[in-house]
Amino acid sequence: MAKSHKPVVWFPFAAGGTVIAFFIPVIVLLTFLAALGHVPAGLSYERMHAFAGNGLGKLIVFGVVALSLWSSAHRLRCTCYDFGLRADTLAATVLYVAAIAGSIASAVFLLRI
Amino acid sequence: MSRNPLVREVPPTTWYFRQPRYLRYMSREITSIFVGAYCVLLVVGLQRLSQGQAAWEAFLLALKSADSIVFHVLALAAAVYHAATWFNATQKAMPVQIGEDFVPGNVISGAHYVAWMVLSVAILYLAGVF
Amino acid sequence: MKERTVQLEVLRYNPDTDTEAHFQRYEVVCQEEWVVLDALNKVKADIDPTLNYRWSCHMAVCGSCGMMINGEPKLSCHAFLRDYEGVIRVEPLAHFPIERDLVTAPDDFMEKLKRVKPYVIPKEKKPISEGEYKQTPAQLMKFRQYSMCINCMLCYAACPQYGLTPKFIGPAALTLAHRYNLDSRDGGRKERQEVVATHEGVWECTFVGACSEVCPAHVDPASALQQMKITSSIDWIVEHLIPGGKS
Repeated sequence: MAKSHKPVVWFPFAAGGTVIAFFIPVIVLLTFLAALGHVPAGLSYERMHAFAGNGLGKLIVFGVVALSLWSSAHRLRCTCYDFGLRADTLAATVLYVAAIAGSIASAVFLLRI
Repeated sequence: MSRNPLVREVPPTTWYFRQPRYLRYMSREITSIFVGAYCVLLVVGLQRLSQGQAAWEAFLLALKSADSIVFHVLALAAAVYHAATWFNATQKAMPVQIGEDFVPGNVISGAHYVAWMVLSVAILYLAGVF
Repeated sequence: MKERTVQLEVLRYNPDTDTEAHFQRYEVVCQEEWVVLDALNKVKADIDPTLNYRWSCHMAVCGSCGMMINGEPKLSCHAFLRDYEGVIRVEPLAHFPIERDLVTAPDDFMEKLKRVKPYVIPKEKKPISEGEYKQTPAQLMKFRQYSMCINCMLCYAACPQYGLTPKFIGPAALTLAHRYNLDSRDGGRKERQEVVATHEGVWECTFVGACSEVCPAHVDPASALQQMKITSSIDWIVEHLIPGGKS
């Protein structure tokens, strides 16, 4: 029985889980306020553009989005199995590819800002 | 006397109804659906931001639909539940031993909750909510 | 002392004649302060001598009398009748084959226990004349909690991943691997990683946490497995990403 390569997918899952826990609730709250019609001043085009326009801002946004996507994809893979879907390789491939595609798209969008 | 043990299969699609704690576990795992969907929304937001002011403002306006509000309520509940389960788990994954004794688990989790609150309030402040 | 008539619904299986297990109802006059095991002993003594179950110490130490009581893995010597109302359903431990009635076949667990080498493998062997292997209280405390396991297998009956994927090494055996890995006298971690760090090892665990909730000895296997996932991940990084790190 060979040692598993699971750390490759688990380490970013664990990092992403921490990122989601610390950052996603407050980010959801911000867009929720916008959804309720109280757009926070920080979500104005000028301020968002300025934030995502500098290198550190880009890095933070990319880190949060990419790790959160990966963590969700990995957990969803396990959830598929828990719900009885035994095609684990298929579920893993679809979800991980989706997470990577989302991360690449984010990087491209960020570089255009 | 020969052995003839009876093997009982676990029902692969309905096992989580057998104990309340399994339902709690599944609800934790299901948060990933809403968090994942919200991340997709974030990627779309980044795209709109990269397309200029008009696109970004249309994005903010589109958030105001009833569907979006329902989705935000679900995503917020999922994200907060994820955070709580995650911080509660830190004491198990990363125990801290000082001298002979371990730091009580609720101190480790509590420190994470405090950091979470400080960080969230700071982000809300920077975003101009108050 | 107060008496109480208890309805027990016990899962029966006779390997010589049955193809399915079935429930049998017993009405037992019990003392209020009894445990479920006392009620079973009363059934065996007065009502039905054919009922089979394992027990030994009657004090939550030996780990023999694990059963599902109203669907929850419990030591039947530690399940007080006063905590239950109505009919009490008693079944053999989930996820293990039923040998007969409430007796399960622990062969799978025993085999897995052997595979993780749950004993001190000294870093360097030394003759007895050189004295004992010393350990400070802090070094002892590091693993003490994980050494409390009584091999009762309640955690296996609680773990859905073991039920769904029986090749999973499972909570108690992996936790014992962790217990010896953490022991300052031990040098066997590398050998144990050959089992711990495989797909069937810690990576089958999704941190349901049920193992820790049912453990009668407060061992907290879920924490041990989480810690081993982290250390196994660090191993992987050292072995694959750091030049010269491959061991």
